[in-house]
Amino acid sequence: MILFDHVTKVYANQQRPALDDVSLEIEKGEFVFLVGPSGSGKSTFLRLVLREEQPTKGQVWVLGKELNRLSNWKIPALRRQIGTVFQDFRLLPNKTVAENVAFALEVIGKPSAHIKKVVPEVLEVVGLEGKEGRRPDELSGGEQQRVAIARAFVNRPMILIADEPTGNLDPGTSVGIMKLLDRINRLGTTVVMSTHDSQIVDQMRRRVIELDGGHVVRDQSRGVYGYAR
Amino acid sequence: MRATFVASEVGNGLRRNLTMTLAVIITVAVSLGLFGASLLVRAQVSTMKDFWFDKVEVSIFLCSKGSDTPSCAGGAVTAAQRDQIKSDLEGLRPLVEEIYYESKAEAYERFKEQFKNSPIVDNVTESALPESFRVKLSDPTQYDVVASAFEGRPGIEQVNDQRKVLDKFFQILGGLQLIALLIALVMLVVTVLLIVNTMRVAAFSRRRETSIMRLVGASNFYIQLPFLLEAALAAAIGAVLAIGGLVLMKTIIVDGVLAPSFQFTAFVGWDAIWAIAPIMLITGIALAGLAAFFTLRKYLRV
Ligand SMILES: Nc1ncnc2c1ncn2[C@@H]1O[C@H](COP(=O)(O)OP(=O)(O)OP(=O)(O)O)[C@@H](O)[C@H]1O
Ligand SMILES: [Mg+2]
Repeated sequence: MILFDHVTKVYANQQRPALDDVSLEIEKGEFVFLVGPSGSGKSTFLRLVLREEQPTKGQVWVLGKELNRLSNWKIPALRRQIGTVFQDFRLLPNKTVAENVAFALEVIGKPSAHIKKVVPEVLEVVGLEGKEGRRPDELSGGEQQRVAIARAFVNRPMILIADEPTGNLDPGTSVGIMKLLDRINRLGTTVVMSTHDSQIVDQMRRRVIELDGGHVVRDQSRGVYGYAR
Repeated sequence: MRATFVASEVGNGLRRNLTMTLAVIITVAVSLGLFGASLLVRAQVSTMKDFWFDKVEVSIFLCSKGSDTPSCAGGAVTAAQRDQIKSDLEGLRPLVEEIYYESKAEAYERFKEQFKNSPIVDNVTESALPESFRVKLSDPTQYDVVASAFEGRPGIEQVNDQRKVLDKFFQILGGLQLIALLIALVMLVVTVLLIVNTMRVAAFSRRRETSIMRLVGASNFYIQLPFLLEAALAAAIGAVLAIGGLVLMKTIIVDGVLAPSFQFTAFVGWDAIWAIAPIMLITGIALAGLAAFFTLRKYLRV
């Protein structure tokens, strides 16, 4: 599903690599936590999967394709199979909940009949039924993140990438979001999520990959946030 | 492709950026208007050239009583001299295409007709005007052949080539027309720069939308199309305004003012306008499309 083969990423004008010779594989259906201190390379890892960045050395394979050799015009097709969720939600403030989700389908040219059918369905999955007419500023942070997850999931992607999705939420709300991501994972989507939230990681007992200074320092199935606590 | 979605995006984009859109429309209208006007002047010059060069003739003025050139020392031209000149001219065929003799009386009639609104007519008598041969050449550039054969001959006061005057005149017109075209080109460059800047602002003000579009896998084409269409639409509106201006120029200035006042020459017809209009439209849209394309390649990459 996702394979990193001796991947090194050095950003332009930077001495120290953000990722240094990382090799690992993530199988279909896995739920993976990426942990590590700030600046350890978690976001960089996720951006490489999305091909927002390209590795300086090594190969990144996603859904059977080597991303270095993927031509530019094929990138959209790749991203349609990957849902993305961020700490800052990234919703359009002047669109309603339903419109925000529909936007993701409109811009990839889906017919409106299809959109009318799947948007209510996915809003029900994320628990936002009855709120489809609200605007983002009329929602709580947790609800906004549910909209973002609905938008990421509406295409039933193979992979869901979440970069600190609970970073802006209080612990109670975070638990709700984690339950939702777990549910999406059980529906067959591979989830890769970076986080600083030790409680969540410790509770979920899923695979944990720990990065430090761009190196993988731990890769543990059914792991916890850190040894040191 | 969802046409209604793209159309609503274009509408939103134009409305959100209304002042910039207006600036683009006006700049396009002005620069294309100038461009079209310079093309119109060009068409006018070529109409006039056709009209005039078709009429140019070499005039051989014969001596009258008071002429003081050395070749007229023998007084007014005699009938024998006149017949000799005529037969020599006949001998120059086929370079000489037409020969037309104008007597003093005819010259006076023509003069009266040309200056009928001017008091100068009252001060000129029939005898003051020279009789002449008007010669039309099959190749007007071969004027020297005629000039060398007749200049300085007894009975001939002067040999005159209208083409020389016309050449000078058209040189000046050509210069003016070139300046107009250069100004128009500078304006077109300014227009491209303005569109580039407008697109940049538009791309920046919609970076939220476009970054989401990229993330969910919208194609480059889909991301850029609204911007392209907006630029093309603004340019098309500007071009239509410019064409309207050109039509007004033709009806009000050319047909309304110039043509009635200067009846001795020909003016551009509507066919010239309809030939220029599509050039303006295509130039406008192409400029906008080009400017947008290069901006978007830089600012809206995958
Ligand atoms: N666009 C960039 N240009 C240059 N350097 C960058 C860029 N993005 C990240 N970096 C650097 O790469 C390293 C890894 O950054 P990254 O964002 O992957 O860390 P992270 O693990 O996501 O951190 P955090 O937990 O704070 O989000 C850092 O040293 C960072 O300064
Ligand atoms: Mg990060």
